[in-house]
Amino acid sequence: MIQTDILIIGAGPCGLFTVFEAGLLKLRCHLIDALPQPGGQCAEIYPKKPIYDIPAYPSILAGELVDRLMEQAEPFKPGFTLGERAEQIEKDDEDQFIVTTNRGTQHRAPIIAIAGGLGCFEPRKPPVPQLADFEDKGVEYIIKDPEFYRDKKVVISGGGDSALDWTIFLAEGVASEVTLVHRRKEFRGHLDSVQKVMDLAAAGRIKLMTDAEVIGVDGDGQLASVEIKTKADGNHTIETDHWVPLFGLSPKLGPIADWNLNITKNAVEVDTFDYSTNVPGVYAIGDINTYPGKLKLILCGFHEATLMVQSAFKRIYPDKNLVLKYTTVNGVNGFEG
Amino acid sequence: MDNTIRVSVTDRQGQVHELDAPTDMGMNMMELCKSAELPVEGTCGGMAMCASCHMYVESDHDLPEKSDDEEDMLDEAFFVEDNSRLGCQLHLTNELDGLKVKLAPVGN
Repeated sequence: MIQTDILIIGAGPCGLFTVFEAGLLKLRCHLIDALPQPGGQCAEIYPKKPIYDIPAYPSILAGELVDRLMEQAEPFKPGFTLGERAEQIEKDDEDQFIVTTNRGTQHRAPIIAIAGGLGCFEPRKPPVPQLADFEDKGVEYIIKDPEFYRDKKVVISGGGDSALDWTIFLAEGVASEVTLVHRRKEFRGHLDSVQKVMDLAAAGRIKLMTDAEVIGVDGDGQLASVEIKTKADGNHTIETDHWVPLFGLSPKLGPIADWNLNITKNAVEVDTFDYSTNVPGVYAIGDINTYPGKLKLILCGFHEATLMVQSAFKRIYPDKNLVLKYTTVNGVNGFEG
Repeated sequence: MDNTIRVSVTDRQGQVHELDAPTDMGMNMMELCKSAELPVEGTCGGMAMCASCHMYVESDHDLPEKSDDEEDMLDEAFFVEDNSRLGCQLHLTNELDGLKVKLAPVGN
């Protein structure tokens, strides 16, 4: 069990800055994020895009902002549980929250700060009828272990790097048959991967179907075939053991929706006095919260994080008085380990 | 009136919404739909990076060509047709007066 003072759900800019502000009050933080790296949307969706409205940075790349926030948080030695989704929340008899992830990692803290942004990023699922019936029965949205596909027939959908890279990898001596299906002729992946796929197709080592999409799945409990619609010559049924649709990630509010929080339009309602939710001890900051006048800006999230940790401190130490100390006077005194 | 155009948006239930849109505010169709509280997500905020403002253009307006970014993102959308566009890449200009769009269905 991981014990901390403030358990932050979401390691985006807001969550990372919370570590710094909490650290100034000698509160320790641990972050959980469904993505494998910290930074949230900034790292996952637009790391190379400049942001122009961070005070004192006329322009900063989103990825660089994340690096700097990590650097700023570092003295306060945050813990991370990455690549796991916060799933369940419960209270123990000492008024502490226990948060369990989808992989069973348990965390314990008196304060929860939900800095979940748009929610957790999950694979985008194509709107194919009965798709859910074949999930993990031949349909996978992520390739975890390529060995799983050894000597199997595999259909991959998508036009990005992951679709191209896995097509190449599986075609080279892993799967018995690989078909790549893409909605147009052009691919958006790296040029050399695109060339490689074209070469494999020309050599007959993969089947490449462009201007095409998978519109149906069939099988008796286990996937047996997919139906592919092509622009050129109608529908085809292809026998296959697996279909791997790779259409990127999109955010979903996810399990937080079941945490008994007041939610309006996919956002958690908070009191702007301290960004507390309707559940005492649970706060929500950044893009995931809503209140009258809310603006989804990183700038506003930083402000929310700063006020939130003050309230969290008073909740943890009701008898202690808190005096605002300026970093220019006191410096930044991190934790030893 | 100057700097205002009228566009029509058909929502996913088939209801048509006639919207007055300013052309001097640097707005795009995704933002216009959001401000009218139509169910358009616009997750990425308009960077052509999420495909959650996918819509079909049903009038024959002369639209700017799709950028590579827009084409790439449409790869991650579903129900893509020849008249598919990302709303965030349709900037509201006086030339778009009378534009008709329909919101694309959303996946799971």
